[in-house]
Amino acid sequence: MKRTWLNAPALAGAALVLSPFYLVVANSAKTSAQIVISPISPPRGVGQLLENLSNVIGNQNFSFWASFATSMAVTAVSLSLLTLFSSMAAWALCRCKNRLSTLVFMAFVASMAVPFQVVMLPLLSVYRTVQAATGVRMLQSIFGLVFAYLGFGGAMSIFVLHGFVKGIPYELEEAAAIDGCSRAGAFFRIVFGLLRPAQVTVLILNGVWIWNDFLLPSLLLGLNGRTKTLPVAVSSFVGSFVKQWDLILAAALLAMLPIVVLFVFAQRYIIRGMVEGAIK
Amino acid sequence: MWAVGGAKRRAWVDRFTYVGFLVPMVVPFLVTVAVPFGVGVYYSFTDWTGLGSGKFVGLANYVKIFGQNDYLYSLGITAAFTVANMLAVNVLAFLMALLCTQEIAAARFCRAVFFVPNLIGGIVLGYVWQFIFNKVFAQLGGVSMLTDPTGAFFAIAIVSTWQYAGYIMMIYITGLQSIPGEVLQAAGLDGAGALAMLFRVKIPMVMNTFTVCLFLTLVNSFKQFDLNFAITGGAPARILGGKAIPSTEFLALNIYNTAIVKNNYALGQAKAIVFFVALAAISLMQVWIGKKSEVEL
Repeated sequence: MKRTWLNAPALAGAALVLSPFYLVVANSAKTSAQIVISPISPPRGVGQLLENLSNVIGNQNFSFWASFATSMAVTAVSLSLLTLFSSMAAWALCRCKNRLSTLVFMAFVASMAVPFQVVMLPLLSVYRTVQAATGVRMLQSIFGLVFAYLGFGGAMSIFVLHGFVKGIPYELEEAAAIDGCSRAGAFFRIVFGLLRPAQVTVLILNGVWIWNDFLLPSLLLGLNGRTKTLPVAVSSFVGSFVKQWDLILAAALLAMLPIVVLFVFAQRYIIRGMVEGAIK
Repeated sequence: MWAVGGAKRRAWVDRFTYVGFLVPMVVPFLVTVAVPFGVGVYYSFTDWTGLGSGKFVGLANYVKIFGQNDYLYSLGITAAFTVANMLAVNVLAFLMALLCTQEIAAARFCRAVFFVPNLIGGIVLGYVWQFIFNKVFAQLGGVSMLTDPTGAFFAIAIVSTWQYAGYIMMIYITGLQSIPGEVLQAAGLDGAGALAMLFRVKIPMVMNTFTVCLFLTLVNSFKQFDLNFAITGGAPARILGGKAIPSTEFLALNIYNTAIVKNNYALGQAKAIVFFVALAAISLMQVWIGKKSEVEL
């Protein structure tokens, strides 16, 4: 049934949802004084926007490029390792059925009910202990952060992939074994590629979470540490200024731009990935 | 004989492969989740200060936190926020889903737009909205909502709904689209109008989706931290029993402030365990309701 008039409320809703983003862009293109006079006046122009952006990028507390690079590195490395390792683990748990593997799987599933707040404080002391015992830097280090994302992202990733491995016929691997393939060979040559749809879900769910995550990196790296991810950098930038909104909003703009651009290009995959992950 | 030995060796190699494949996920899991969880339960019964392992004090931490007004207040305000947010998100998300499943030109575009706020982190959005409440709305309305406890509470609920409804809408859309076309056609032939279609066909057919979405929002609202941290940080203060306490400090932020800001690690950990038990109870309830509705089907 066509109800053309419904376009009006739909578009009005869309405008309402987007209005905060408009305010960010518009006020990033004003001077501090202009914002004080009127935050809803039209923006001043591209020149002012570029000036604010360059002020923010050059700011010591924000250190945009360094934070951007850290966020990129942490997200990219965590996602690659999570996808690879959780595919391996999900396959192993699915193909090797005994009491121990069932127990391991149950432990992963049960851990999804544990909120981060319960483990965050002891995690700091465990990390300190590991650091002292092995000499590997865990706190204020990208390695420690990535390691934590493997730990916290593993359960959901394995859960999603495990459901998918079950649907892959075992005969494929048997045929490979007859052709002289080892178990590991069968996984890497045959199964891994077939897991792609589930891996996309895992990538998107973990990607959005890791890129935006604040509490974990703020605790492990410190709010005023040398290494910061983008959300931590934005937060410490806000803390360091007595509400210079022109710069804060320009910083916010820089922080949200990458993911919005990504969404424009990969909309379908992102929506599907996030919804599928939730329903499972 | 040789062949049997080969098979045995083969079995060992296979087992070795499986174990090797599990190690890269199990080790980080043990170090960051399993061990901290176990240690954390123990710490909640000690006078742990964040360093060392503390002295065993039994239930003292739990007795203490349940005697603190600000904690009890935080429990109450979190429950209120959870209920308010759950209702607002689900009502709005369902309406948006109905709108976006109509055959209108704007449907696709609106779906994507409604979803966008969900992609951006609560910290960044929280600061943006702090600006909107303190500068934009304040200029339009005179005073900022964030200076008043009730106003600040609803401010967080508004942002949280704005951020989350688009996501829940997607799940309702999936539910609505899974209603078989024949069912809708049959109802149409029987003369069902738009309202009858909605209440007699669509809503009953997506009851399971409602359960899923309600629990998702329940858990998510209960765990709200980023927006709370960035929009109000717990402010403004409210006078309760002669003492000023943060009026919008939800449980997750209360735990954070207790431990990280006020350096009370043992109390913070005990609060975290209570937080976990509450969430576990919610999850068990969901499983139970899920099982019950399966039987009814």
